Amino acid sequence: MEINKNQLLRFTTAGSVDDGKSTLIGRLLYDSKSIFEDQLASVEKTSHQKGIEGVDLALFTDGQKDEREQGITIDVAYRYFTTPKRKFIIADTPGHIQYTRNMVTGASTANAALILIDARNGVIEQTKRHAFIASLLQIPHVIVCVNKMDLVDYSEDRYHEIVDQFEGFSAKLSINDIRYIPISALNGDNVVNKSENMNWFAGAPLLDLLETIHIGSDTNKIDARFPVQTVIRPQRDGFIDFRGYAGRVSSGIFRVGDEVTVLPSGFNSKITSIYLGEESIEETFANMSVVMTLEDDIDISRGNMIVKPNNQPEQLQEFDVMMCWLNNRPAQPRTKYSLMHTSNETKTIIKDIVYKMDIHTYIRIEGDSNIQMNDIFRATLKSAKPLFVDNYRNNRITGSLILVDDATKETVAAGMIV
Amino acid sequence: MSKYYLNYLDELEAEAIFVLREVWAQFQNPVILFSGGKDSILVTHLAKKAFWPAKIPFALLQIDTGHNFPETIAFRDELVDSLGVKLIVGSVQESIDKGRVAEERGKNASRNVLQITTLLDSIEANKIDCAIGGGRRDEEKARAKERFFSHRDEFGQWDPKNQRPELWNLLNGKHFEGEHFRAFPISNWTEMDVWNYILRENIQIPSIYFAHQREVVWRNDTWIPNSEFLKLEPNEEVVSKKIRFRTLGDITITGGIESDADTLAKIVEEVAAMRQTERGNRSDDKRSETAMEDRKREGYF
Repeated sequence: MEINKNQLLRFTTAGSVDDGKSTLIGRLLYDSKSIFEDQLASVEKTSHQKGIEGVDLALFTDGQKDEREQGITIDVAYRYFTTPKRKFIIADTPGHIQYTRNMVTGASTANAALILIDARNGVIEQTKRHAFIASLLQIPHVIVCVNKMDLVDYSEDRYHEIVDQFEGFSAKLSINDIRYIPISALNGDNVVNKSENMNWFAGAPLLDLLETIHIGSDTNKIDARFPVQTVIRPQRDGFIDFRGYAGRVSSGIFRVGDEVTVLPSGFNSKITSIYLGEESIEETFANMSVVMTLEDDIDISRGNMIVKPNNQPEQLQEFDVMMCWLNNRPAQPRTKYSLMHTSNETKTIIKDIVYKMDIHTYIRIEGDSNIQMNDIFRATLKSAKPLFVDNYRNNRITGSLILVDDATKETVAAGMIV
Repeated sequence: MSKYYLNYLDELEAEAIFVLREVWAQFQNPVILFSGGKDSILVTHLAKKAFWPAKIPFALLQIDTGHNFPETIAFRDELVDSLGVKLIVGSVQESIDKGRVAEERGKNASRNVLQITTLLDSIEANKIDCAIGGGRRDEEKARAKERFFSHRDEFGQWDPKNQRPELWNLLNGKHFEGEHFRAFPISNWTEMDVWNYILRENIQIPSIYFAHQREVVWRNDTWIPNSEFLKLEPNEEVVSKKIRFRTLGDITITGGIESDADTLAKIVEEVAAMRQTERGNRSDDKRSETAMEDRKREGYF
């Protein structure tokens, strides 16, 4: 079955109700025939109750009771659709500033970000916020959808004006791949089908782009990192001496026979086998969940990392991170938090707030250590034991961490190692 | 296509295995919620892969409504036996007998909602700190916002507005005594993905998923199986149809569809062409627009 060879693309959409984000997602689902009859019937019924003629596409993505009453999306909602070319996961997040944390959450696993701009309004504060988050979280591909082109008479000039605006400020960010598409989500122009109203646009419609954008290079294939999740010791017939290290490869490639170094002990050994379930395999690479066995009997436990002798992460106890504060309780300097990084965990304190970031002007605010929910800032962390870290720019897995408040057990901050 | 890039089924599998191992590493006494349906069978299969050559380190917990498909129970016993895992059964009948809950009345009465109490009682009695479920985000709109690690307070309740953010692959299972978690390793799978994977891995599933001849009654726009628990209305008639089930729940509320799909390959083909969601045949979800969310808040699966 050919379809089983397809790749998975995760993308995030950020925007407010007004710029037609829900309508766009509804359109993608509807036109790619991912809406089922009973879902359609339910949405038609609700549309009718609201006095809307036809189908309100936005209703396909409005999930929970509260938000339907308020007419807003408050959390990250995940949507799925499949085309003959790819499977897609949409992390649908609200665009309002008070939901920065949700945008950050959705962005953390995305291959691509869709940023919606209302063609009538052009680039607004919110656009800059979304672009900043895409850059901060290092989403590999950004697709700027200039929406509601029908309301500006499908004007090519207006489209170029907005593209220029976006390029003007995004030059300050670090986004590797930016694409632009003029669309009308409401009417379906350039969403799934090429628009007849904008013949001046030579590019492909949005779905085409999502289906073909090259994601094979999005993972790090150079730096071999294997955080040990748990040790497998079956202690049953046939496997009495079996000692396997289970984990998910963060990046790079490991092969049977490779020389490896175990951190933090620094002991060297050799990979003797790699298993995926019962199947013995010769090599493993980023994102795979496997079990490895080593030639030497070394004491290895959860939180250790298997790497290559000639390519090791840094072992640091004090380091700088870009952080997003996710919790109602403000950040407490000099308070102990639990830090989770790969499969490792330690206590940490926020030693210093280096600066806060104004995510609309991209200006750094120094000397303000009052950190509230949704704030983005640079901090120096000091941890109780060394962590095996890479720069987030090079490695989204070994470069990322969260802080947990021991008083509430809640996840209070997301951090990207600089 | 890049050589070092997973296809989507392999990626979903790797993600689920990762989540299962995190559960094992972060909790003291996790169990798999086992309904005998394809999703919990899939989770069990993935757990087997995650810990091989060791045995699955979780017990299976089944909430038994007493209104079962006989085929499911036979299947369950065989599976438990072959895996060598412990089975814990929480009985809704027992909850009724003890007066913890009262049987619903009326034509569409079911034991669906009653399961919540039995489930929460079983979690408490067995000191379970994480119950692994086969819930998927594509199933239902309230589930679209579920986390991999989903927190439940000491009353077993879910607060959809106050969920922990989940970033990258960092799962936070920290909790206070008396609280527990639900873990959903196959969150990102769709019905189609589940079937494609079952086909690929040739996973054994109960016979009722395959087309078979059965006595049924047309009710609530679906074929409800005839059973000792079904009270027939005067205008209802028991007929024999070739049907199969897309989901598997309480026998009183799980509707079948007419089908000739009697092999996995045919089921995959049929599901691909479906124009109704699988839960469209579940009367428990039809009670109101927010039926699932309301039950989930209370502690439902």
